[in-house]
This record gives sequence, structure tokens and C-alpha cells, in this order.
Amino acid sequence: MKLFPIRGGIHPDYRKEQSSERAIVALPLPALLYIPLQQHIGAPAEVLVSEGQAVKKGQMIARSTGAISAPQHAPTSGTVKAVTEIPAPHPSGLAQTTIVIEPDGRDEWAELPAAIADPFSADPQTIAERVAQSGIVGMGGAAFPSAVKLNLGSRFKLDTLLLNGAECEPYLTCDDRVMREHAGEIVDGARIMAHALGVPRVVIAIEDNKPQAIAAMTEAARAFAEIVVAGVPVQYPMGSERHLVQAITGRETPAKKLTADIGVVVHNVATARAVHHAVRFGRPLVARVVTVSGGAVREANNIEAPIGARVADLIAFCGGFASEPASLVNGGPMMGQPLPGLDVPVIKGMSGILALTAGETNTQPASPCIRCGTCVSICPCGLVPVEMAAFIRKDNFEAAARLGVMDCVSCGSCSWVCPSHIPLVHYFNYAKGMINAQERDRRKNEQTKVLAEAHTLRVEKAAEARRAMMAAKKAQAAAKTEEKANA
Amino acid sequence: MINAINKSGPFTHGASNVQKTMYTVLLALLPATAFNAYLFGWPALLLFVVTVGACVVIEAGCLILADQPMKAAFDGSAVLTGWLLAMSLPPWAPWWIGALGAVFAIALAKHTFGGLGQNMFNPAMVARVALLVSFPVVMTAWVLPHPLFSASAPGLGDALAITFGGQMPDSVSAASALGYVKTELSRGIPVTQSMAHVPDLMDMALGFRAGSMGETSAILILAGGLFLMARRIISWHTPLGVMGGLFLMGTLFHAIDPARYTDGMFHVMSGATFLGAFFIATDYVTSPVSKKGQLVFGAGVGVLTWVIRTYAGYPEGMAFAILLMNSLTPIIDQYTRPRAFGRTLKGEPLPLAGRDK
Repeated sequence: MKLFPIRGGIHPDYRKEQSSERAIVALPLPALLYIPLQQHIGAPAEVLVSEGQAVKKGQMIARSTGAISAPQHAPTSGTVKAVTEIPAPHPSGLAQTTIVIEPDGRDEWAELPAAIADPFSADPQTIAERVAQSGIVGMGGAAFPSAVKLNLGSRFKLDTLLLNGAECEPYLTCDDRVMREHAGEIVDGARIMAHALGVPRVVIAIEDNKPQAIAAMTEAARAFAEIVVAGVPVQYPMGSERHLVQAITGRETPAKKLTADIGVVVHNVATARAVHHAVRFGRPLVARVVTVSGGAVREANNIEAPIGARVADLIAFCGGFASEPASLVNGGPMMGQPLPGLDVPVIKGMSGILALTAGETNTQPASPCIRCGTCVSICPCGLVPVEMAAFIRKDNFEAAARLGVMDCVSCGSCSWVCPSHIPLVHYFNYAKGMINAQERDRRKNEQTKVLAEAHTLRVEKAAEARRAMMAAKKAQAAAKTEEKANA
Repeated sequence: MINAINKSGPFTHGASNVQKTMYTVLLALLPATAFNAYLFGWPALLLFVVTVGACVVIEAGCLILADQPMKAAFDGSAVLTGWLLAMSLPPWAPWWIGALGAVFAIALAKHTFGGLGQNMFNPAMVARVALLVSFPVVMTAWVLPHPLFSASAPGLGDALAITFGGQMPDSVSAASALGYVKTELSRGIPVTQSMAHVPDLMDMALGFRAGSMGETSAILILAGGLFLMARRIISWHTPLGVMGGLFLMGTLFHAIDPARYTDGMFHVMSGATFLGAFFIATDYVTSPVSKKGQLVFGAGVGVLTWVIRTYAGYPEGMAFAILLMNSLTPIIDQYTRPRAFGRTLKGEPLPLAGRDK
């Protein structure tokens, strides 16, 4: 298949061999499961259960609220122990409402929605609805509700479903293992999604460093002419949505637009597998494969864990720490988030748990920029990190925005490559937050102004009306007097 | 618990760091330097040690004054500045030339601007030009090679007298090829005649000619430059720009009037062209950050070098050309930013060609 080059990028140490040959293992049910109401982009779900209530596996325990949201389901059968606030796997470490379930050990399925008998003759809306009801969100890490992205066919002229199996982050092997072990399920899910989107073509893109996954997927897709499995060059950040679309189709997504605007919808391979489960068996998303790796963990693994298992449970399953980790990461080492602790639960978008040694993180204090320009050459978005960072250091967000800081995808390539160890992405994330806050303030001010103007107008109108009434009364009175005088 | 969360990702880092970068450049300079130390003997070595040592000492002093960590004195940047400065001096110049040069380079050109990464102009070239303007006689006292251990080479005692005693033997001075051609031209002797008396291109490439340590032995400098390219410390853009600009100007004007203008190949092979193109114009701090910008910058250096060599009072123009282009670096940076993903060169989102439903 003809591929197209993407700009820049880096070649970090992938270190995938730590876990790539470890087959997926199921985590034994932990003592308690913690299911946060917000595991996705959008509005948090709304609790449907109360303390003490018995639930069965797959039963909806919180429903979605609004257009962009996702429901939560019980990962196993048991009792709702509490609905309480506990820290979420978010760098802030802030608490959020979480349903705590005590498993009863029977792992008994609830009565699930019926399988969709022939998904390929089903209405696309039916499939999207099933996906929405099954709580499926993007499993590559972004956790955007998948059903919303399956509805794009009605709004855009689409031609390709691109299944992202690039897994360009170092260490992570969960998608690799899922593709090797469950290729058939992914292919079936992809075909169902393609039908829902109304696209004639499916491309499954996998980085060339996963030859077994490529072979397994090619084999599983052999019977279907509309599916192409494409090996893509090992070049971080190949798995970035827009860059992968460019590599596969040669089309460049315009700034501020979606890939759907240029005819392509991208879903993660694990998401396709979840769609297969939801449509063929009515099973909601209650578990996911997580790579536990890093030099500080005793034994790396790819674990199929129920949503809500604590990170500590997974680490313990891997034999605990071999050494004190210098860094605990949720996701990959390039774009992952720091984990606030071991007590946070596994959520739907968590692809990896990394316990990294100081040698692996190679953190060093920042020294002055020597303007080597490497960040400019490798930026996959064509930005100028060195200049943006200089402006952000001076809190000049306007200038940073003019240079395109809002176009930055935070892939981390510039920070990784910087010889002065300047935390460039940290600057950019800070600037994005500040610019967004300024934008919110500006909108709020504008709204206040509009409301204030409306208020003034209303007051004026009322005064006008009163004056008019007074004048009318006066006129009436005058007319009466005149009448009397005439009489 | 363990995690002190104070920074976004990435949680891994490439192997590069400033020190490694600087020492790789020094390594690339080593063969040419060693060969030139051999060519010009003990006096050259003494001057080299004085210049580099003075740069490191002054760097340390400035760091103390600026209350900055002393670690920065050993990041290799001061050594590199001293090294490049030493390579641009007449090899038998007295010790105070090197020491004074170190003051110009490190204290004035670098630390008054804020230290590493903050200086507008290349410190080594600022020092060289300041010395050249202040002490034109000493700075143009070139000698022919006197290879170590050869009969004509000064011993260590003679060398100490030359470097520290100011006893430059009169008989050994020689003109560089560029200087010779220029002088002859000013006497009305056309280039076509004077060229017969300069070393042939092969000797110039190998280094058997008069000049500073960095001017001779183009081949070893080239080898060092290629090594830096292979290690991805520099790219081909700046060197190609410099050499291309110089060669094209030389060739073009030589074709117009061979009696007045030397040819392009002579320009490329003489003076500090190779050192300038691979090691000085490529200085990170004072050259543009984008590849496109580096090409523009390099071409500017090449063209200006030719202009200064041809029309100005000095036979060699590389240092002046680099400083002039240094001043344009911020502007070049501004106009050579890469095109952002999904945007036109002007920064507008790319048009959507009728894909809406």
C-alpha cells in the first residue's frame, strides 16, 4: 500500500520487549472495584444504584447525561458498597464520585440486551445506540465516547474507517497483544463500525515493529476485500490521529477541523473489539487490557483487568516493585499522565501503568536553551517550540498563540529531544490552560455585557411605557375636563 | 505517595544533552587541530593552551559574578569558544592575544548578554574581529608551516620565547594566499599572474600553507564536519549555503573578469572557508533554528565573505560575514518558520475542498 510521509518525529527507545511476549492474562477479581462516573471526555454519568444494592455483571450502574457522555456498568456481580468521593486517576488527584462494588465472586452476567442478529442489515443508528448504551469510549487513551464518532456518517462525506493499531508509544503492548490474540474480533468490530459509518473501506494501520500483529490481522482480514492491513513506519508520533490519516491517505486535516472533514474516521483497535462484544453479545465495556511495565516493576504483563481495579492490585499481580519507581505513569511515557498514587482505579482509557526507574526517565534539571533547533526539525506539527517556550516564559500567551501553541498535540517529541532538558510540553500545556481560561473569561465578559445591555434596554422600555401611560392618562384627564367645560 | 506531580510528560528522554553535544564538536575539531599543532609546532600549542585556558577561567569568573552554578563552566561551551578562537589566530601570536581574545569572547560577547544561549554574536568571531581591528600587525603575522621535529621547527625554549617573550623571528613571516593576491592586485598585478605564486589547490587542501590553525588543512576540517553531520549535530544546510554562496559569486565574477576576480574554487579552498562553514556559521546560538533559515543564513555568509574578500580592506572576510549575518538571525528566524500542520504558510487553516455533505 502506498504510504505518505509525515513531518518530523523521533525514534525513542521503544522498550516494548519487556511485555510484548507476555500473553494477556486476566486479573483475579480484587476485593473492591471503584468505578468513577467520569472516565470519558464529556459529561459525567449519573448514578442509578444505591448503597447496599445487588448488581450483576454488565448491569448499567450509571447512565449517560447529554450528547457527549457515557454510561458505566458493573464489571462483575456483587453489592454496591458505597457511592462516594475518591481520588481519580488524574494528575490533579482530585476526588470524584465513584461507585464502589464488592464482588460476590460469582461473576454472574445480568440480563444483557439481545445481540444484533445481522448487524450489516441493521440501521446505523441502532448500532451507534448499542455502542452508546455499552459505555464504549476510545480505548487508545483519549476516551472520547465512540458512538458520537460512529454517527459522523450522517454529517460528513466519509470514505475510510482508519483503525489505529500503530501503538507508537514506547512500552505499551496492549494493542499489540489484542491484535495478536483477538484479531478476528477486531476485524468483525471494524466491519460493523464501517457499516455504521457507511464507508466502503477499512484500513488497519500497525507500526512495522509489530510483525506478529500485522500477520494476525492480515490473516483475519483476508476474507474481506474492503479491509487493508497497512504496516506503517516506526516513527513517533505515528499513532497521532491526524498524522496517521496523513500517512495512510496523504490528506492533511486542516487546522480546527476534524479528520471526518476530509472523509476519515479513526478508531482504536481495542475499541473495535469492544464494539464486536457489544453488538454480537450485548456485552458492555467492563474490562480492558492494560500493559503494566517499566524497569521498576518486577514482572511486566498485559493484564485484562476489570474497570475499577486499583492500580495497586495490578502492580501486586505483577509481583510488586523491584525498586522504588522514580515515576508512575498512566498511559505511555510520551503522552501519558502522572499517576497521583496507587489507589486510583483502572479506567476505560488507561492503556498502560508504567513504573519507571530514574535511569528510564532520565530526568535532568533544565539548562539554558542553546537554540540547536532540533525541536523545530522534529516537531510533527511544524511549530517552533523554542520560540513559543521563550514567549510563554514571559507569560506572553498572545504571542505563543500566534505561533500556534494551540495546534500543539503535546506529543512530547520536543521535550524528549531537547539537549537542555527544557520541559517544553509542560510550558505548552500551561499556555493552553491559560489561553483557554482567558477565552472563557472573555466569553463570560461578553455574555455579561450582552445581559447588561439587555437589562438597560428593558429598564428603558419600561420607563418609556410608564411615560407613555402617564401621558395618556393626562390626555384622558384633560379630555374629561374639556368635556365637562363644554357640557 | 511516591509521585511528586510537578511536570507534564514525557517521562522519558533522549540521550542528548548540552555537554555531550559540545564535546562531540570538540572531538570533531581534534584531528585538524592536532595536525595543525604538528604543522606550526610548539608556539601554536602554547597559544592554544593559553587561549582555551583563559576562556575557561573567565567563564568561571563570570559565572561567579552572575551567581550561576559552576557546573556550566564545564559544559564544554567555553572550551569550544576558546578552541575556535585559538584556531582563528596566527599560530605564533603572543600569549596576550589569546588571553585578551578570551576576555572579548567570554566576558564581553557572551556573558554581558546573559551567558550561554543568550548572545547575539558568535563569541569567538567577536574576539577575532576585535583583535584584528585593534592589533592588525600582530593579527596578520602569518608563518609558513614549521612541522614539529623538523629542522626549522622551534624547540620548546624558542617557542616559550615566541609566545611569552614576544620574540617573533622576522624571517619566517609569510602572507596567506588571500592576502598575497589582494596585495598584488593593489599593486596592479592581475589575478591571472599572482595566482601562479600561491600554493596549488592540493597543498591548500592538505594544509601546507601559511594561515591560522583553522585555515589550513581543509580536508581534516571537512572530515570533522562530515562527522558532525553523521552524528546529527549539524546538518548540511549551513555549510552548503556558505560554500555555495562563495563558490557561485567567485565563479560568476571570475567568468566576467578573470584578471580582477579569483575563481570560485580558490575562494572555497582558501582562508577560513571550511572552518567557517562547518564549525562557526553552524554555531547553534547565533544562527537560525529552522533548516530553511540555516540555508539562507549560510548563503548570506558565503556571499558576504566574497564581497569582503573582494572589495573590502581585509583579505579574509569570514569573521565579518558571520557577525553580520548573526545580526540578521532573528529576522531570518521570523521569516523561515516551517508551515504548521493543517495550515497554509500564512497560518490560515487549509481550505476544505468541497468535502461537506
